[in-house]
Amino acid sequence: MTSPDIDPPSLYAKREPIFPRRVKGTFRTLKWWLMAVTLGIYYVTPWIRWDRGPNLPDQAVLVDIANRRFFFFMIEIWPHEFYFVAGLLIMAGLGLFLFTSAAGRVWCGYACPQTVWTDLYILVERWVKGDRNARIRLHRQGWDAEKIRKNLTKWAIWLLIGLATGGAWIFYFTDAPTLMRDLVTLSAHPAAYTTMFILTATTFAFGGFAREQICIYACPWPRIQAAMMDEDTLTIGYRDWRGEPRGKQAVEGNGDCIDCMACVNVCPMGIDIRDGQQLACITCGLCIDACDVTMDKIGKPHGLIGYLALTDETRERAGQPAKSVWKHVFRPRTVIYTVLWAGVGIGLVVALFLRSPIDISVTPQRNPLYVTLKDGTIRNTYDLRLRNKSGQDETYLITVTSEEHFILHLEGAADTQVTVPANETLQQRVYIEAAPDSEAATEDKTRLRLWVSRAGGTERVSHDTVFNGKDD
Amino acid sequence: MCAKKVTKAAPGQVGTTGHEWDGIEELNNPLPRWWVWVFYATIVWGIGYTIAYPAWPLLTGATPGVLGSSTRADVQAEIDTFDAKNADIKAKLVAAPLDQIVTTPELMAYAEPAGAAVFRTNCAQCHGAGAAGVVGKGYPNLLDNDWLWGGTIDDIHTTITHGIRNTADADARYSQMPRFGVDELLEPAQVDAVVEHVLAISGQEHDATLAAEGATVFAENCVACHGEKGQGDRAQGAPTLTDAIWLYGGDRAAIKTTVTYARFGVMPPWAGRLTEDEIRAVAAYVHSRGGGE
Repeated sequence: MTSPDIDPPSLYAKREPIFPRRVKGTFRTLKWWLMAVTLGIYYVTPWIRWDRGPNLPDQAVLVDIANRRFFFFMIEIWPHEFYFVAGLLIMAGLGLFLFTSAAGRVWCGYACPQTVWTDLYILVERWVKGDRNARIRLHRQGWDAEKIRKNLTKWAIWLLIGLATGGAWIFYFTDAPTLMRDLVTLSAHPAAYTTMFILTATTFAFGGFAREQICIYACPWPRIQAAMMDEDTLTIGYRDWRGEPRGKQAVEGNGDCIDCMACVNVCPMGIDIRDGQQLACITCGLCIDACDVTMDKIGKPHGLIGYLALTDETRERAGQPAKSVWKHVFRPRTVIYTVLWAGVGIGLVVALFLRSPIDISVTPQRNPLYVTLKDGTIRNTYDLRLRNKSGQDETYLITVTSEEHFILHLEGAADTQVTVPANETLQQRVYIEAAPDSEAATEDKTRLRLWVSRAGGTERVSHDTVFNGKDD
Repeated sequence: MCAKKVTKAAPGQVGTTGHEWDGIEELNNPLPRWWVWVFYATIVWGIGYTIAYPAWPLLTGATPGVLGSSTRADVQAEIDTFDAKNADIKAKLVAAPLDQIVTTPELMAYAEPAGAAVFRTNCAQCHGAGAAGVVGKGYPNLLDNDWLWGGTIDDIHTTITHGIRNTADADARYSQMPRFGVDELLEPAQVDAVVEHVLAISGQEHDATLAAEGATVFAENCVACHGEKGQGDRAQGAPTLTDAIWLYGGDRAAIKTTVTYARFGVMPPWAGRLTEDEIRAVAAYVHSRGGGE
């Protein structure tokens, strides 16, 4: 029954080149600002200096993998405090949920690196080759001198942007000015060059050539976010009840859409928003700007294409006004996301301010639980880890308090003081002894509190643990 | 079965492959062509990988790969790298006077973790992973402050190097307690009496009359090694009998067994099995467990 006059459709599709036209408007302006801010943060941050005194790096944001530290302005995170980073990632996730449930794919449209860098690359393309029509003309002509020259210029600028992007990334991991000097004098570590090369290549390929293919085929986010959207989520929609039937304004009965194709021509994803909300739409808002320009020209109100939720569509079709933006944004769902997000954030800030300047962890030795000494004294051993985060050598005094009487010794020291070098962790064996036949020596467990205080200061921290006696 | 008219996609719509079962049509969302090329590229990469790296299983091994990569060789190279890195500190450890090892932070920073590794591999079988020995079974606890043969790092080093009751080495720790009971050196009554005396001097419950008799037996038979007051003698590895620590148990039955049959605990010599830097590291490790003198 196969019809002989139609070839079976191919299972594979060729990528159709897209030539987005220049557009001016509210959302385009917003996107330019967001591009400037996000790229500015990305490129400039590693160069911000922050004086932390001697022995510590003076880079404001630094992921110091070799020394296992993360510096963020006045905050210094040690590996055991990684929950701060985990908390920030959870906040980023919840933030994404919040924005998606309220306003759809705003991340995709405005803030995603793929979108921002593609936007920048299209800007370069337009600057070198001209706007949409000029680019289509150039695309169709043969490889003559003009085409070669313009493409080489474009690729060179793309590569420079890619190089700056890959370069900026590695500056986050080591002192930026030093690494810059090493990179230029070709004396940097091979890993720096490799990372730079990979990120340059991916930026060049993704921003220059793959573009919307990444969003449509490679990125999982467009699939996942469907779970976070509902009928009240703002997406970009075409008011077909106002626009259809599309066509010449002179013809009686036609809607407001004059089928000028402006919305299609400006779309970086190459779609027609009038087909309805679709997977490939990143909600960048450029079609709104383009349509509004046309509406101005024909003297019709703005908003033939606009931010629109499914509930609005139903209401407008029934002749009611759309809900206000605030009603879309403030819903139980978004409030819950906001509360969770803020809860994690407040928790992190509180934890940050409650951090002690002295940081200890105590591991009681469980093998064996106790040791009997010659005179019958019962001894317990504790491995104490002391982290000195102060940036200078510090001496700490170690003491024990309990309802029972204990004697405290330190391995390798005559007194009960230890000196920890600046920014280092020291492990110290602590012995706590109970006299023969004393209460603590014969009881199963006795609670005690270990204290670590800074010599010549008032800061002190404690750790509660137990003493194991003979009765077990 | 299924062939229906193949449809091409209208703008904004999805075409079908022409397959239909019970009214359910198979849509055709074409895969991007570059995706297919990436797939082919991974196949080419995979073939290249099996040529470059060990891959295809053969009867007695696998194809070696033209790059000569071997994870075993990588591990060995890494071990060699660390050995080379540690060569300097090991030389320092061997050259340092023994008693200065534990007071030199630079040496201890290496010796303690290195000694812990040696201990776990070679010593933990008898002395336990936590170095607490097996109390009452003859495997000494190395954490306490009681030492049969001395607890300075020098003593510990000698014990580890030569072993205990190791006849192959003249420098080994050696002593033997007579079998007072089975060799009939003492009457059974005398054995019972001397056991009561030992219970008495170690502060345990005892029969005072028997213990008084035992004091005489003790003075005649035991003081040569254990001392007049039972304080022991480290030169002979004779334990102190007055403290709370008993290698083979300190109750009446255990002491009687010891007096009757004697004890003969052995420890192998580690010279030749461990290198000098390993012996020094593990000696420093044992010394820093809380009992070092």
